[in-house]
Amino acid sequence: MKILVPVKRVLDYNVKARVKVDGSGIDLANVKMSMNPFDEIALEEAIRIKEKGNAEEIIAVSIGVQQNQETLRTALAMGADRAILVVAADDVHNDIEPLTVANILAAIALKEGPSLILCGKQAIDNDFNATAQMLSAKLKWSQATFASEIDVKKDMVRVTREVDGGLQTIDAKIPAVVSVDLRLNEPRYASLPNIMKAKRKPLEEISPADLGVEITQRLKIIKTKEPDSREAGLILENIDQLVEKIQENVGG
Amino acid sequence: MKILVLAEINNGELAEDQTSKTVSAAATLGKVDVLCASSQCSDASTKITKMENVENVLVLEDELFAQSLAESYSETLIDTINSYSHVFAPSSSFGKNVLPRIGGMLDVMVISDVSKVISEDTFERPVYAGNALQTVQSVDKVKLISVRTSNYSAVPLTGSANIKKIDCKSNNTLTTFIENKMQTSDRPELTSAKVVVSGGRGVGSKENFEIIEGLADKLGAAVGASRAAVDSGFAPNDWQVGQTGKVVAPDLYVAVGISGAIQHLAGMKDSKVIVAINKDEEAPIFQVADFGLVDDLFKAVPEIEKKV
Repeated sequence: MKILVPVKRVLDYNVKARVKVDGSGIDLANVKMSMNPFDEIALEEAIRIKEKGNAEEIIAVSIGVQQNQETLRTALAMGADRAILVVAADDVHNDIEPLTVANILAAIALKEGPSLILCGKQAIDNDFNATAQMLSAKLKWSQATFASEIDVKKDMVRVTREVDGGLQTIDAKIPAVVSVDLRLNEPRYASLPNIMKAKRKPLEEISPADLGVEITQRLKIIKTKEPDSREAGLILENIDQLVEKIQENVGG
Repeated sequence: MKILVLAEINNGELAEDQTSKTVSAAATLGKVDVLCASSQCSDASTKITKMENVENVLVLEDELFAQSLAESYSETLIDTINSYSHVFAPSSSFGKNVLPRIGGMLDVMVISDVSKVISEDTFERPVYAGNALQTVQSVDKVKLISVRTSNYSAVPLTGSANIKKIDCKSNNTLTTFIENKMQTSDRPELTSAKVVVSGGRGVGSKENFEIIEGLADKLGAAVGASRAAVDSGFAPNDWQVGQTGKVVAPDLYVAVGISGAIQHLAGMKDSKVIVAINKDEEAPIFQVADFGLVDDLFKAVPEIEKKV
């Protein structure tokens, strides 16, 4: 079976997001960009499924600007077999909404016919947590979100989900869309030989129009601002003072 | 404008806090209907009828909804949902699972994690782990909104809504429920607790987390953890406070051995009073804490537990 893994290029996890002075968004000029951490976990899981002999091919897909090539090269170096870049924007500040992303991925899925699509549960930039669910609806496939354990069986995939209050296990009929949570695995680093090898792996470049998908924006961004900041408070001298403060505010 | 709220019901039990706060957010636009879909609805629907600003409670009692699987909603209720202009759900694992799937079915964007309902088409929501707040205006015919419930208060129980029974026809053939493994705890629920005591990487091990739990129990508090503590295996994921975990806003938040990474702050900075204990006086957590103590947590926390 084939596994499709969408990977997003986002502001690096360790870089503090800064709001542009004109309030139009986050400044992404000349900052470090990386693969969305949840997508890395999804890709790692796909590689592990393939290593266990339960998949033959892993296709990584990225949607965005030309520079997303770098993210796809990273995916290929980690272990994806081939990559598809959908060039959908010429400015990195132009974020493609999950609904359009789902439309693009659905078109690719219909062409490629994967049995499983593994997605990160959310992108750490727009924090929508929506692409996997929307994609699954578009394809009318089964959906399993927030996976912390994935077991691929013959006609279905058994997924343990992180839900409020604990864990829920469900069987999702294949083909399925699964979104992954933090504790599923720890992604590997690409080794130098694999980085070199990745340069020769196929990377196809297409446009949304090639897939018959129109880019729409349903949510107009009116403004972006910094949240109100909290003032630093008092550093107390000893435990007794702290105990007093806790008591003042418990049940207050 | 016609507004629907999806009530969160787990195994017949209403998630009252989440649902009530979602009603509260939705009611800023007008009276609301609440969809109560579960295998057992009587207790939940009775509670919902008392919530202020609820006009009708749509009751759908069916085994199909015992576990709130996303497909049960999207495949069977789409027509009901589509007859509303606004559909709200809590931004919990329930709402985050169900609402975007409905969006996919209706070809409508979901507006996730809304911290403020500004008008019928304009909403504020945090992005970049709460490092920025974005105001967005939706052009979709139906607005699908998941609510960051910690930003809203529960509605008073002064209402008397009507109950309307509804039916669903089709089935969910895509996913099958196997089992739930829920943490059983006498502690208050993390997202609605008045007091939260959280531990970070500084706690050092799963065993040491008992120190945090001890103080929490003494204070009648919920236990939280930073992502670093969860990643290190010290605490279960559903204790995680932060952008990738839960967002809390208790009266008192006690951060122990937590450095204060941006993503953690995003999940707790709206707490009324923040107390931080950390041995590193440079820790960023002190930049947001109302009261800080620079001390070794292994010495300080047991002593605090004794004295409070």
